[in-house]
Amino acid sequence: MARTKWLIPAIYIIFLMLPIYWLVSMSFKTTNEILGSFTLWPQNFTLENYRTIFTDPAWYNGYINSIIYVSINTVLSVAVALPAAYAFSRYRFLGDKHLFFWLLTNRMAPAAVFALPFFQLYSAIGIFDTHLAVALAHTLFNIPLAVWILEGFMSGVPKQLDETAYVDGYSFPAFFVKIFMPTIAAGIGVAAFFCFMFSWVELLLAKTLTAVAAKPIAATMTKTASSSGYELGLLAAAGTLTIIPGAIVIYFVRNYIAKGFALGRV
Amino acid sequence: MNKTVNQKAWFFVLPVLILVAFNAIVPLMTVVNYSVQETFGDNVFFWAGLRWFEEILRSPRFHDALGRQLFFTGTILAIEVPLGVIIALAMPRKGPWVSVCLVLMAMPLLIPWNVVGAMWNIFGLPELGLLGKTLNTIGFDYNYTRQPGDAWFTLILMDVWHWTSLVVLLAYAGLVSIPDAYYQAARIDGASSWAIFRYIQLPKMKRVLTIAVLLRFMDSFNIYTEPSVLTGGGPGNSTTLLSIDLVKIALGQFDLGPAAAMSLIYFLVILLFSWIFYTVMTRGEEQ
Repeated sequence: MARTKWLIPAIYIIFLMLPIYWLVSMSFKTTNEILGSFTLWPQNFTLENYRTIFTDPAWYNGYINSIIYVSINTVLSVAVALPAAYAFSRYRFLGDKHLFFWLLTNRMAPAAVFALPFFQLYSAIGIFDTHLAVALAHTLFNIPLAVWILEGFMSGVPKQLDETAYVDGYSFPAFFVKIFMPTIAAGIGVAAFFCFMFSWVELLLAKTLTAVAAKPIAATMTKTASSSGYELGLLAAAGTLTIIPGAIVIYFVRNYIAKGFALGRV
Repeated sequence: MNKTVNQKAWFFVLPVLILVAFNAIVPLMTVVNYSVQETFGDNVFFWAGLRWFEEILRSPRFHDALGRQLFFTGTILAIEVPLGVIIALAMPRKGPWVSVCLVLMAMPLLIPWNVVGAMWNIFGLPELGLLGKTLNTIGFDYNYTRQPGDAWFTLILMDVWHWTSLVVLLAYAGLVSIPDAYYQAARIDGASSWAIFRYIQLPKMKRVLTIAVLLRFMDSFNIYTEPSVLTGGGPGNSTTLLSIDLVKIALGQFDLGPAAAMSLIYFLVILLFSWIFYTVMTRGEEQ
């Protein structure tokens, strides 16, 4: 039994990689090869699909837009979540438990419910089709999550740390930035990772709140899929490129991702 | 931890409160507003009372979508949670393979949802896709765009592919937090591997599994992008889940009143189930 145990994760990983392999291999095939015959790997290896994406502004602007709003969202969510998480982990105040639960209920809200009201609200205040609109909309899901994760990490830090710092003459902001934030650096990394992840993968709101100027790559893809017929190779290449930022981020936080939720309080 | 009572802590929470309230309360009130009114366009509204709610609660279309949604969520929970735990138990605890496993397993979680849908769309194509071609070659008559059963099979397989890793990561995080001394003690007592699982590993994983079940429940109940790219709700209406139906009514037909009423019912169903899960799974922890 113990000898063959490694087979379970191995088979699972192969299962995970198969569709990804198929997407990547298709991105290196010509349209003729994709439609003409069934081949397990590219026979006429081509980079044409990638060349199209890197030279056509309609394509590469989509990537830039996605990266801009995801970054704004991550910074904003973590920045406001930090003091709130500190308050939840260190103090008791009127309505704290209700507030915490209410924040979490926003994580449960279906994006489909909010798509239309968000569109109207952001049009009314004049930020429709900006990066800020998407970043703000995504904070609805990401702030509760960031507070939840950070609160877990902060509760793991003994309160004596705070008290010692005050005795040593630190003011609260100095203590928070110079001592406390480095102590929970792993927690900040994990929270930022999850904010990045949910903002990067979401499409419904991002698509509803943008038209041209801030359109995400994912929306460019759905448009291509429906308008230009069967350009599967191009679609596969665009899809492959959306996997790369995520893969880079995972590599950097690989030692922390597993701990992310484990330390959070339910 | 002993917490001090400090009402000034509200100032720390204020930025979060303002942002989330702006994002949650204004749109939610818009939805509530629409749900009790009737409109014929041009921004003219008439009071409709609770008519939309009655209509939605009685409509067979809503019952069907809710039924499909419950079936979908139930099935993927029944597959992903046990599978995730089994994989986490079989993973190495130390050594160079841990990083490799974690990085590869986390990959599906970071792929944009429409790319996940597009990927499985291509993967399952009967003539061009690896999955579709293989199934047809070994004798199955597989075509997910024509046959509802195949569409469901692909949808569930896609979700298992997409999200089981989340359960694995959480369960694994719970497992590595168990000190070695526990296992040594169990070995001295001659405990079977089932006993180790039942009395040491499972209790330690209980908290993270609660989080896993809750997150998987909420997210699978809200699922929209992947099935809409994969099947678009078809063939016919066979894979039209709640979100897909809602978007069809709200953005497709622009029936704001019924769509808003449906949104509220939908949200309440999620809240209710989440509360039940939460209460049942954390029961007995208070003592």
